[in-house]
Amino acid sequence: MTTSSQENDWAVWMRAAMIGDAGAYRQFLVSVAPHVRAVARSRCRSLGTPEGEVEDIVQEVLLTIHLKRGTWDRSRPIGPWVAAITRNKLIDILRQRGRHITVPIEDVMDSLKAEDPTPELSTRDIDTLLGHLKPQQREIVRSISLNGSGIRETADRLQMTEGAVRVTLHRALKALAVFYRSGRP
Amino acid sequence: MKTDDFINLLAKDFDRPWSFRSMLAGAVAGGIIIAAILFFAGIGFRPDISEAVRSNRFLFKFVVSVSLAVTAIWVALSVGRPGGSLAHRGLALAIAPSLLAGAAVVELLVLPESQWVPHLVGHNARFCLTLIPLLAIGPLACLLAALREGAPSNPGLAGAVAGLAASGIAATFYAANCTDDSALFVITWYPIATLMVTTAGYLIGRKLLRW
Repeated sequence: MTTSSQENDWAVWMRAAMIGDAGAYRQFLVSVAPHVRAVARSRCRSLGTPEGEVEDIVQEVLLTIHLKRGTWDRSRPIGPWVAAITRNKLIDILRQRGRHITVPIEDVMDSLKAEDPTPELSTRDIDTLLGHLKPQQREIVRSISLNGSGIRETADRLQMTEGAVRVTLHRALKALAVFYRSGRP
Repeated sequence: MKTDDFINLLAKDFDRPWSFRSMLAGAVAGGIIIAAILFFAGIGFRPDISEAVRSNRFLFKFVVSVSLAVTAIWVALSVGRPGGSLAHRGLALAIAPSLLAGAAVVELLVLPESQWVPHLVGHNARFCLTLIPLLAIGPLACLLAALREGAPSNPGLAGAVAGLAASGIAATFYAANCTDDSALFVITWYPIATLMVTTAGYLIGRKLLRW
C-alpha cells in the first residue's frame, strides 16, 4: 500500500492464499504487519496510550484480517479493505480501553502508507488469552507458534490426524478473537 | 508472543475460507427454502390463484416485494463488508418504495373516492401483520448468520438491511396468499410488517454482528 505495487503484491499473495498457498499467505501477513504497526503507533501516540500496547493491537488486527479474509472482494483493491478492518478494530480496541474516539479513514490510509519494522517486541495480551483456551487448543497453538512445529509434526506428537489439528487450530483462533473482543483479562 | 511467531501461527490456518458472497448466497437460498416450507405447509396459495395470476394488481405485488428482496440483498453484500456503507448502494433501496408509491397514486386516480378506504382497509390486515414477520424469521436468521461471517462496519445497519431482505422474501410468499391486491392495501400494511422485521434485524444485528 505504500505504493500501488505494494498493494498489488498484497492482492497477488492473498489470491494465492485463497487457493491454499500457505507461503504466499505468510508473506502477505509479514508484509502487512509493519503497516498496521505504523497506524497503531501513530494512534497510540496521539492518544497517549502506552507504547507497549502497540504490538498487542497489531496482533489483534492481524487476527481479524485473518479470520475475515473471506470478506475481501477479489475484484476490488485490497488496500482500502485492510484500512477499513484496521480502522474498525482500532476504534473498538481503544473504546474498550475507555477512549471514545473517532478515527478518520483518511488518517488510516495515510498511516498505512508508512512502515514500522520494530518486530521484536513480545506481547502480553495474547499469552494471557492463551490461558483461556481449552487445553488441547492451547497445546496446539503453543506447539506451532512457540516451537515452530508444522501441522504434521504437531499431529504426530499429539497422536492426532492433521485434519483434526487444523480444525482445532482454526477453532482456537476463533476463540482468541472472541476473548479479545469480550475484554482484556 | 512475538508477532513473527503469531504470524507463523495464522499462516498455518490457511484452509480456503468461504467467500462472503457465497455465504450470503447460501443464506438467501436457505431462507427462501425455509419460508417456502412454512408457506406450503401452513398457508398455501389463495383459492382463486388461477384467476389471480391474470390480474395486474396481483402481479404487481410481486414486482414490489421481489425488488425489495433483490435490492436489499445487493445492499447487504456491500454493508456486510468492512468499510461498507449505504453511500455505495443505499439508493437502490428506494426502488421498491417508489414503485409502490407510484402504483398507489395510479390506484387513487382510477378508483372512485368511495372505494379508497375499503381498498385500503382490505380484509387481511391482521394476517399481513402476523404472517409476513412469521415467514421472515427463517430468512432473517439465515441472513444474520451469513453477516456474522462478514465484517460489517455498522452492525445495526447490516442487521436492518437483512431485515429488509427477509421482509421482501416473506412478502413475496405472503402476497400469493393474500386476496387484497390494491396498492392502497399494500402501501398501508406491508410497510408496517416490514418495519417490524427491520427493527428486529437492527436490534439483533447491533448485538450479534460485532466483530
